[in-house]
Amino acid sequence: MLLKLELQSNPEALCLVRATVERAAEVLHFQDAEARAIVRSVDEALANVLRHAYGGRPGLPIEMSCRKLRGGEQKSAQGGIEILLADKGVPLKPATLKSRPLDEIRPGGLGLHFIRESMDEVEFTRKKGKNLLRMVKYLSPTPQAAASEGEQKCR
Amino acid sequence: MQIAARPATGGTILDITGDIDLAHSPAMRKALLQEIREKKTPKVFLNLEKVRYIDSSGIASLVEGLKASRDQGSRLILYGLSKTVREVMELSRLQKIFEIHESEAQALAS
Repeated sequence: MLLKLELQSNPEALCLVRATVERAAEVLHFQDAEARAIVRSVDEALANVLRHAYGGRPGLPIEMSCRKLRGGEQKSAQGGIEILLADKGVPLKPATLKSRPLDEIRPGGLGLHFIRESMDEVEFTRKKGKNLLRMVKYLSPTPQAAASEGEQKCR
Repeated sequence: MQIAARPATGGTILDITGDIDLAHSPAMRKALLQEIREKKTPKVFLNLEKVRYIDSSGIASLVEGLKASRDQGSRLILYGLSKTVREVMELSRLQKIFEIHESEAQALAS
């Protein structure tokens, strides 16, 4: 376990979470663009919990945990980060999780699109009265690692 | 997040400082719509040079401002987008919908 946070459903907490996740991504050697993608996804996911699962009510519990994925674990040779969010809000309906078509110029409906575009794996489930969201981002191969991998494959 | 308004050629510049997220996008939305709908400012320049982060609720507020400006026959002009803000615009596929300039000088000259 890299990090575990117990939050309340207050929008003011979002900037603190973003700073924390950004630092965690740096520690795990994510490139800047990847770190921004992870931060954006966590922020949007928490905003969805605040707005949809808890309907804007403050002070309700959210758990967030981050786990470092080791190289060779799951689908990446380089490893990555797994982020889990859990809330006790109303069950999310599949229809509410649908991104809006991007050619429609209207406010709203972009959060889930941002998450899906930014992370490698996104999975919503509900267990024991909790909404669970699992997001994974894999480290991109560094140029050196990619070159080394290429050399090995050529042998 | 802080918002400050100052006069500019043909309109008003709104200087935004800080993060435009779920906690703060309502304030930006209010300032933007007040300028466009109530004051009927012909050109509203949104200075985003000091915006470190914008989320989907901030983008939604910008879209609402754009729609309001189109209804009023006025212009909403954005400038000074950071890499983070530009990425979110691109993810939203809205970068071609908004009038975006690199600098204040370019925005004012447009």
